[in-house]
Amino acid sequence: MELKDFDSSDPVAWCGGCGNFGMQAALKTALAKLGKKPQELLLVSGIGQAAKMPHYINTNFFNGLHGRALPAAAAAKIANRELTVIVTTGDGDCYGEGGNHFLHNIRRNVDMTVIVHDNQIYGLTKGQASPTSEPGMKTKIQPGGVILSPFPPLETALALGCGFVARGYAAEKEHLAELILAGIAHKGFSLIDVFQPCRSFNKLNTFEWYAQRVYKVGPEHDPADKAAALALAAERERLPIGVIYNSAKPSYEELSGLDGMKPLVDADLNSIDIGPALADFR
Amino acid sequence: MNEEINVRITGEAGHGVVAAGMMLARAYKDSGLHVFAIQDYMSRIRGGNNFFQVRAAARPVYAPREKADLIIALDKEAVEANKTALAPGGLFVLDAENSGVKDLEKGWVSAPIYALAQEAGGPRYANSVALGIAAALTCENFDRAGEAVGREFAAKGSAVADGNRAAALKGYDYAMENIEGCVFRLTGEPHSSSLLLAGNEALALGVISAGCKFYTAYPMSPSTGIMNTVADYAGRYGIIVEQAEDELAAVNMAVGASFAGVRAMTASSGGGFALMCEGVSLAAITETPLVIAVVMRPGPATGFPTRTAQEDLDFVLHAGHGEFARAVYTPGSPQECFLAARRAFNTAERFQIPALILSDQYLAESFTNIELPGALAEAPERGRIFKAGAEPEEGRYAYSPDGVSPRIIPGRSGALARADSDEHGPEGHITELAEVRVRMTRKRLHLKLAALEKEILPPTVFNPAAKTMLCGFGSTLGVMREACAAVKDAGFLHYSQVWPFPGAATLAALSGAERVLTVENNAAGQLARLMRRETGLKPAGSILKYDGRPFTLDEVVAALEGGV
Repeated sequence: MELKDFDSSDPVAWCGGCGNFGMQAALKTALAKLGKKPQELLLVSGIGQAAKMPHYINTNFFNGLHGRALPAAAAAKIANRELTVIVTTGDGDCYGEGGNHFLHNIRRNVDMTVIVHDNQIYGLTKGQASPTSEPGMKTKIQPGGVILSPFPPLETALALGCGFVARGYAAEKEHLAELILAGIAHKGFSLIDVFQPCRSFNKLNTFEWYAQRVYKVGPEHDPADKAAALALAAERERLPIGVIYNSAKPSYEELSGLDGMKPLVDADLNSIDIGPALADFR
Repeated sequence: MNEEINVRITGEAGHGVVAAGMMLARAYKDSGLHVFAIQDYMSRIRGGNNFFQVRAAARPVYAPREKADLIIALDKEAVEANKTALAPGGLFVLDAENSGVKDLEKGWVSAPIYALAQEAGGPRYANSVALGIAAALTCENFDRAGEAVGREFAAKGSAVADGNRAAALKGYDYAMENIEGCVFRLTGEPHSSSLLLAGNEALALGVISAGCKFYTAYPMSPSTGIMNTVADYAGRYGIIVEQAEDELAAVNMAVGASFAGVRAMTASSGGGFALMCEGVSLAAITETPLVIAVVMRPGPATGFPTRTAQEDLDFVLHAGHGEFARAVYTPGSPQECFLAARRAFNTAERFQIPALILSDQYLAESFTNIELPGALAEAPERGRIFKAGAEPEEGRYAYSPDGVSPRIIPGRSGALARADSDEHGPEGHITELAEVRVRMTRKRLHLKLAALEKEILPPTVFNPAAKTMLCGFGSTLGVMREACAAVKDAGFLHYSQVWPFPGAATLAALSGAERVLTVENNAAGQLARLMRRETGLKPAGSILKYDGRPFTLDEVVAALEGGV
């Protein structure tokens, strides 16, 4: 496939210079390399600026409710396991409003790739603190600075046994595209948390701020080493990007028996004989 | 000879009163009797007082009675809690020694239930002893009860089944020899209503037969029984049952699976359904078929978790923000539960809307013997699905005369499926254009509603020439049916679908009535208000009950005769 196969005609509603543009480019690059047709892909999102991404990529999409992208995506994959399912969500959508689904879908381990546009701020509602905002950051709602501890997505995912945990940076497009491809290749829930500068509302975590702190994880890191992964995820002064953890584990599709079944969507509904079940109630 | 009998077995949670009651109900049914059995239980795992009550007759029975002809109490609290429920001339069997009861009142008789259970292997067999006693006092012989024991415990191995059978036989023999008079004995005739089903089970079987392949829910009484039955058959029928982390996940999973082309559903009760409301609205704007069963219990909030109510009619009619078409089915019997499940899936898919099935604890967990009308059940109708390879020119949400445009199934339709919870144009992308908004609202609300109105399930009408007409929805069907057969000049109208509301059928059925009364398990008279709102007809009054218990036949008859 080529990049242009994924071009959407829908006009983009993001602010100029937004980190989302880099992520859009990276996603398109990854999809072109993946080789699946737009018809074989499903992008699922909730609400927020990140959740508009599916409109700007030419594939199937389901842009659902705020916080609820993960359950809709997991079920769509269960319904048709032949689809490649990718979730584009934000830090508010995924870690705040949908936090419970984040926890339990890591446990559920349906094969899907979750890309979190983590800008550490609420953009679409115009600048309130998000679950990943830095303590002390001042906003209209938190004029004295954020006092809540930030939500640690990578460490949370690792603690829950997530099989694929990565971090990207919106300005590192090629690097991010490779992370997305690795996430898709991993069978199970894959988390890619992506630093995404918000030019309009986050005056603290800017491109410059990230550029000073972000570094690429080197070949010396063994992604199957959980202790090393946890150590990387815990770094706060310098911020590692790359595959933090990658280790195979049985997916929902394997454990539930779905892999041995015809995709649910192809079931023949006209030949169901309820007779044997009724007989149990005689 | 009595025309019917009403037997109550009572004890604390964990005593196995449900198992004993089910075995008795099955023994009656297999003897050719018709049965109607209710469960009354507390929201706890052990202790308290529960009862299971079986009404049996040679003719069909559809409702519970107030007083029991035979009560078997398994502990002291059961004696205290149930002694006022004994019918005049009835028999109250208890284990005086085990329960510490010194003075036996009139109609009471003591039996060594626990000593007999001990002989059979331990106190856990007391419920089977109770079954044996009930069989001795009401059945022609031990055979049907013995078969019911074997069946009840078949899955638990032969040792358990043999122990329970021995216990039941000890109870039977003891009662035959020591308890005077067997005035409750009935004779049945073979009949074809041979399935013993509760509403939840029938609903689940309807769901399975309709081709639901993805069932997801968060456990909540009294809706969980549906999930239990679907899970029992999931392997055999190729269904994935997924327990959700919460009701928000459940409804969004159901919508996600349905978007991907699979028949999917969820269920809950009031509080859980409250959490699902945004998902109902999501299904409406994305025009994704969605089936939800709401099995009511008394609220507000946690209310009475294990008891019954019809309090959420208004709630379900209005659940979900924004304006859109929906269908609300209110089945009145296990047969109607089965049919409602099948119809709800067809309606949801053909009109691409939320279709809700409103049941309640009483209907969900009362057992009766039925014949499933297979020929009447609708075949699966998937509605319009886009099949061509190219993109539809007008888009997924193309305007159409009946508001329904062909669905696109991702990965199956060839074209790309685009759905958005934001207002969108025909192609599925976000829009803020005023004229698109107006056309989409008309599509989702007015046009679909007009199409739905053409096929509303007609209400069941009995004796429309009567002076007094009772009106009810859902679980009151049975009690109205029996009450109107028992009382002179009374008829009824029962709604199996309350939305779109069958206004014309209502006015036609009630035009000759002198007095219209609603029968509702709520305090506000929600059906009466709905009828007035939709037809202008104001019911003269309402027979209301809102103590968490179902109507008994006696109560409705008394209300009719007393002139509400």
